[in-house]
Amino acid sequence: MSLNPDFFAFFYLIATILFIYGLKGLSSPKTALRGNGSAMIGMLLAVSVTLLCPEVKAYGRIFLALFGGGLLGTVIALKISMTAMPQLVAILHSFVGLSAIFVVLGTFLSHTTDHLGSLSLVEVIELGLGTVIGAITVSGSWVAFGKLQGILKSNPLRFPGQHALNGILGCFILGFAIRFCIFQDPFSWAVVAGLALVLGLSLVLPIGGADMPVIVSMLNSYSGWAASATGFTLGNQLLVTTGALVGSSGAILSYIMCKAMNRSILSVIFGGVGGSEQESSSVSATARGVKSASVDDLGFMLENASQVIIVPGYGLAVAQAQHAVKELYEVLVEKKVVVKFAIHPVAGRMPGHMNVLLAESDIPYDCVFEMEEINAEFSSTDVGLVIGANDVVNPLAKTDKTSPLYGMPILDVYKAKHVFVCKRSMQSGYSGVDNALFYYPHCSLVFGDAKSTCDALVAAVRNS
Amino acid sequence: MSLTMVAIYVFILSCFVGYHVIWGVTPALHTPLMAVTNAISGIVLVGAILVAGMETSSTWVSIVGCLGVFLASINIFGGFVVTNRMLAMFKKKR
Repeated sequence: MSLNPDFFAFFYLIATILFIYGLKGLSSPKTALRGNGSAMIGMLLAVSVTLLCPEVKAYGRIFLALFGGGLLGTVIALKISMTAMPQLVAILHSFVGLSAIFVVLGTFLSHTTDHLGSLSLVEVIELGLGTVIGAITVSGSWVAFGKLQGILKSNPLRFPGQHALNGILGCFILGFAIRFCIFQDPFSWAVVAGLALVLGLSLVLPIGGADMPVIVSMLNSYSGWAASATGFTLGNQLLVTTGALVGSSGAILSYIMCKAMNRSILSVIFGGVGGSEQESSSVSATARGVKSASVDDLGFMLENASQVIIVPGYGLAVAQAQHAVKELYEVLVEKKVVVKFAIHPVAGRMPGHMNVLLAESDIPYDCVFEMEEINAEFSSTDVGLVIGANDVVNPLAKTDKTSPLYGMPILDVYKAKHVFVCKRSMQSGYSGVDNALFYYPHCSLVFGDAKSTCDALVAAVRNS
Repeated sequence: MSLTMVAIYVFILSCFVGYHVIWGVTPALHTPLMAVTNAISGIVLVGAILVAGMETSSTWVSIVGCLGVFLASINIFGGFVVTNRMLAMFKKKR
């Protein structure tokens, strides 16, 4: 039975619509699960229809690989902890890139070994493009994974001549890509792929620390473009569309992250992001006089407040304090205190990471607010409690034009009547900029690990 | 219009659709968004199946195709399952 090509195209179109509908579902937590379901149906449809393609002759090995991968993926997804989400996403990006390279390679090899004639110029260009984007995605994601997992040092790795090196790599890739277009030989292809892998490494290694959310989003985008490129190679519109959806999603997320961190998107793409000169503020903390408060003081302030806004940051996730914070939330709500959470776009290690961590610890999402929603409320708040966040509450971002943070949107915690900051030590934040908030007269620091501080607070409030 | 030109049309229009749909996603769900786009980009599976199932004289083509199928399915299953887990945590409130 030979099926009309339009038969496949029709079902691919339906799959595309289901994907779009799925992404649209994420506009609200209420419709999100349904959205995910519709995307799953779309994928099931796309894969089932593809299996009916007349070109597909060998089923045994396909099913073996399909079930093997499916099983592995499911097990990993069920076991992974929510704090490790960024690593999982990073490694999955590399699988998309790798898979795209394999598709390109397979298409190319089948042409050369089965003597299907030489490829047209357009086809070779598409193959080359798919290879380069795929390879950059793969090695870039490995670096991101290594940094997030703690295998590599998360500090940005910078060396002189970095941009020159990237430029030279780019020229060589272009040169061999042109050679590949002319001779269509496996050697040139391998060189292009290899050099693109190196380029991926050198683009992502200089980015690190607090910039990880940007890089994870950007690789998300690359993995989409890689899928799109394979679509061009195979002349498959489903791949083109879906890749473009994913690619633009990642691009928008990167843009949002860059804006929230005061970075230019170009400097992120070309590696090596600003804030390079880690100016260590020589002014010691004690010399400028910060106030420190005990847990009991803070507990007393909290339970007598009418509204408290908690600002969680990455330090909270590192200390695994989200469940302790949830307990604090509960005891305060019992005492009739209004508790809200304020989330900066770059809190956590990937976009929206903090929201997931709070949701996991059962904090209702309707008391968790984004920066724009809640900034106006700080001035009518009794206590602003900052846990494990630093740069995102630094008022210098608004006042000091010479500060590297200047222009970055911040949470206006300093407007609250009393501000408490839970911190491990007087160390400055990732940006290396001293936090002016700590020296405000109405701000006190509570020293200690986020989790033990929260546990102690819960006990203090409960026993009063 | 050549097939490539059609693909370029489709590509650019899809970018516009993506742009508008993604700006509508609430920031609170950006992590699930990344996980689900990850799963969706596993659509390269379609390409990998076509390569793996091809009747060919080269075993390399089949091997490479199957590796592609394997990796893409990790993505699809892993991505969708983990998204489901996350969204269920948002759902149970209220």
